[in-house]
Amino acid sequence: MSPAQAAGKSSPTLSRAAETARANGAEHSPLPEPTPAREDRDLLLDLHRRMVRIRLFEEQAGRLMEAGAMPGFLHLYVGQEAVAAGVMATLKDTDQITSTHRGHGHAVAKGADFRQMFAELYGKATGYCQGRGGSMHINDLAIGMLGANGVVGGGIPIAVGAAFASAYRDDGGVAVAFFGDGGSNIGSFHEAANLAAVLNLPVILVCENNGYAEFTAQSSHMRITDIADRAAAYGFPGAIVDGMDAVAVYEGALAAVERARAGSGPTLIEAKTYRYYDHQGVKGLRIPYRSQDEIDAWKARDPIQLLERRAAEAGHVDQAEFDAVWETTRADVADAITYAESSPDPDPATLLDGVYSH
Amino acid sequence: MPARQLTYVKAFNEGVAQMMRSDGDVFLIGEDVAGYGGVFHMFDGLKDEFGERRVIDTPISEAAIIGLGVGAAARGLRPICDLMFMDFLGVCMDQVVNQAAKMRFMYGGTVAVPLTITTAAGAGLGAAAQHSQSLEAWLAHVPGLKVAMPATPYDAKGLMVSALRDDNPTVVVLNKLLLGSKGDVPEDLYAVPLGQARIVRPGRDVTVVAVGRMVTEATAAAEQLAADGVDVEVIDPRTVQPLDTATLVESARRTNRVLVVHEAVTFGGIGAEIAAQIQDEAFDYLDAPVLRVGAPFSPVPFSPVLEKAYVPDASRIVAGCRRLLERG
Repeated sequence: MSPAQAAGKSSPTLSRAAETARANGAEHSPLPEPTPAREDRDLLLDLHRRMVRIRLFEEQAGRLMEAGAMPGFLHLYVGQEAVAAGVMATLKDTDQITSTHRGHGHAVAKGADFRQMFAELYGKATGYCQGRGGSMHINDLAIGMLGANGVVGGGIPIAVGAAFASAYRDDGGVAVAFFGDGGSNIGSFHEAANLAAVLNLPVILVCENNGYAEFTAQSSHMRITDIADRAAAYGFPGAIVDGMDAVAVYEGALAAVERARAGSGPTLIEAKTYRYYDHQGVKGLRIPYRSQDEIDAWKARDPIQLLERRAAEAGHVDQAEFDAVWETTRADVADAITYAESSPDPDPATLLDGVYSH
Repeated sequence: MPARQLTYVKAFNEGVAQMMRSDGDVFLIGEDVAGYGGVFHMFDGLKDEFGERRVIDTPISEAAIIGLGVGAAARGLRPICDLMFMDFLGVCMDQVVNQAAKMRFMYGGTVAVPLTITTAAGAGLGAAAQHSQSLEAWLAHVPGLKVAMPATPYDAKGLMVSALRDDNPTVVVLNKLLLGSKGDVPEDLYAVPLGQARIVRPGRDVTVVAVGRMVTEATAAAEQLAADGVDVEVIDPRTVQPLDTATLVESARRTNRVLVVHEAVTFGGIGAEIAAQIQDEAFDYLDAPVLRVGAPFSPVPFSPVLEKAYVPDASRIVAGCRRLLERG
C-alpha cells in the first residue's frame, strides 16, 4: 500500500482483502499476505529491534507475574508488536503518544527504558512512576510517552490535547492515540475524533483491532467489520493496515503522520492484529472464547517471523543479525529485572508525594 | 478615590483577560465561549482581543474538551476548559477524576497538570434538576483536584487568577445567582490564595461557615441576629479543596458554636467534612454539636415555590443559629 492510499479512504486493496478473509468464514482472521512494499534494510532492522524488545519484555514480564514475583496484573501486548513498532518508527521523540491498559509495547517501541519499566512493574521507587502507577500508568514524558491508561478510551482526548499543544505552538509535532476495537465504542473516542476534526489537529488515531474487547468478540460489540469506516463520520480519512506486518503499518502511519505534519488534520488507522495471550495475564491458549484454529491462523503470520522471513528471502538482512538482536535484548531484559529486583521499595513516608504540585 | 465596583461576572472576566495578556500559554476552550462569550457572558470580548487561536468554540463534547485540556496541560500549556453547567460533570467525570486529578500522582510527580475548569453552579433560576446542582463535594473528595467557590466579585477575579497560576487541576465554581452582584474590585492583577478562608464578618457568639452564595445569605442572617444581640461570625472558606481548617477551628474555639451552610444537599456535603474536622480539633471548646444547613435530599425542583422551599436561605440560617444557642 502506498502512503497516498493510506491517507485516503480505506485502501481498496486491503478492503478487498478483508472482505476475502471474511468470506472465508473467519470472524477475526488475518489479512492475506500482501506484496512487500518496501524492504529498506535500515527500516527492517529498526522495526525488528522494536518488535523483539517488546516480545522479550512481555514474555518475561508474563512469566514473572505468573510466578507471583510482581504485584498487580498485566495486559500483554504479544502478537501486536508490528503496530507499535511500525507507528513509532515514523515518530520523533518530540511527538507524543497516549496508550492503553495494554501499554508496554507502546512504551518500549517509543524508546522507554527497560530498567525503569521493570522497576515500575515491581512497584519500586526507581520505576517510571516511583511505584505509584504500575503497569497501566507507565509514562516517559522525555520521549513523548504521555502514559498508558487504565480507562479504556481515556487517553484519546488527551492525545488530542497533546496535538493541540503542538498546533498552538506551531512546533510541527504530532500526537498518536492508541486504542483498541473496544475503545472505539466508547464516547471519548467519538468526541475526541470529532473535536480533532473540527479543530484540524495533527493527531493520528490508531485502532489496534485485535478482535476482542476483553472477552467479547468484535461481532458482538459492533455491527461493522472495518473500524476504519468510522472515520467517515468525522470527515477525515480512515485506512486499514495489516497489523501483523510492521512495514505495512509503518507505511500507513507514515502517510498519516506526514498528512498531520502538513496541517491536513487527523487520520484514523485501523490495524488488524491479534493478541496471543488472554486479555490479562498469560493464560492465552486454553480459553473458550477463541478457537485454536483462529489462534493458529494468526500465529502463522507472527509479525516478527514474518519480517525475518521476508527480509531473509529478499537478502536484505542475515539471520545472524537478527539473532544478535534477540541475544542483546535477552541480556537487556535480564539486566533490567536484576535492577528492578535489587531496587528499593518506595518509602511509605513519601506516600503523599505527587498528589499535588507545590 | 472611591473603590471601583464591578459585577461578579465582569470581575471574573477581567481576571481571565489579564492572565491571558500576561501569559501566552493561557487559552480558553469550551462550548460557545468564543462567538457568544459564554452563555453567562463570562467570556465576553475575549475572542475579539485574543483571537480564535486562544479562544476556541467546540462541539458539545465535554469529555473531549476536558481531555484536550489535560493533554495540553501535560505539555505545559495552561488551559481554561469551560464546563457550561456544573451538572455536566456527569458526562466528563472520567477526564476530571481519573485523568486530570491523578496524572501527576500516577506518574510519580513527573508531570504537572495546570488545568483550570470553569463552571456555573447553583439553583434559583428555575433551571431544574440538571442545570442547578452544587456538586463541589464530588470534586473535593478527589485527591489531586482543587475547588474554588468565589462568593464575591473580588474573589471571582482573585481566585480565578490563582487557579490559572496553580500547577494543579483546579475547578472554579461560579454561582449563577451571583453573576450580577457588585463589589469592590481592584483594577490591578491580584491573586486570592487557594486554601485561605476569609472572615467575612467577625463575631463572638456563633460561627457560620458558609460556602459560595450562602455567604450572602449568612451575612443577611447575621444582620438579623445582630438586632437580637447575637453576634455572628461569618467565614467563607473560599476553596473547599484545599480547606482552610485552621481558620475554621480557630473561630470555633472562640465562639464555641458552629453552623455550616451550603447550597448542596446536606447528606455527604462538604459541611459534613467541615463538621467532622471541627469536632476533631475543637471538641472541648464546643457548647453544642456542629449543625448543618443544606438542601434536602432531593434533586433540585423546577417550580419556583418548590425551589424556594429547597434552597437554604437567611431564615433557615437564623433558625439554625437559634437552635445552636438554645443548646448549652
